[in-house]
Amino acid sequence: MSGIVAALMAIGAFFMFVAAIGVLRMPDVFMRLSASAKASTLGASSLLLAAAVHFYDFAIATRIVAIIAFIVMTVPVAAHMLGRAAYLSNVALWKGTVRDDLRGRYDVEGRILKDSGQRREEDGEDGEEG
Amino acid sequence: MNLPHFVFYIILPTLSIAILCAFVRLVRGPSLPDRVVALDLMGTLAIGILASYAIATEQTAYLDVAITLVLIVFLGTVAFAYYIQREERK
Repeated sequence: MSGIVAALMAIGAFFMFVAAIGVLRMPDVFMRLSASAKASTLGASSLLLAAAVHFYDFAIATRIVAIIAFIVMTVPVAAHMLGRAAYLSNVALWKGTVRDDLRGRYDVEGRILKDSGQRREEDGEDGEEG
Repeated sequence: MNLPHFVFYIILPTLSIAILCAFVRLVRGPSLPDRVVALDLMGTLAIGILASYAIATEQTAYLDVAITLVLIVFLGTVAFAYYIQREERK
């Protein structure tokens, strides 16, 4: 039992460390966001799971499952909103970025995506919003 | 080496160095979204530290703190994202 707990904690600490290194060393907001969101979700979930295995109690396991479910639901949402806000406020991309599909296609003032290939005529003016 | 020693000598120092890295990004970050990303990561790291500390000290009350912290970190990040967008539209 103790071995499983130690292994889960080691995995969790490793992934959280990787997330922090990513946030420190990546060249761009969006890459930092990507590194932080995914690795920190796995790291925190793994550490909390170690606590669930260690205490081996139904009430605590329920609590921990609730925390993990909340983390898994909210971290991607927060990362998406933050990335969108960063893009809309014209944060500079990394100079080695190869492609940026939204450049020149997104009307920042009206929050409207201009003609994106597969949109049909009858969709009207206000295509995709938000 | 028993479990509390493992936590105190390996897990918690690793997480502390991680929180330090995030803090360096929080101080240096060229733009506001950079700082918010670092703050969000620091909150998640604090949740990890709380879980490890709960295991090391056998105190389950730290997990209740972790629940509250998860909620606050999410709300904080979303509020900052709204703020960044609002600031841009003006």
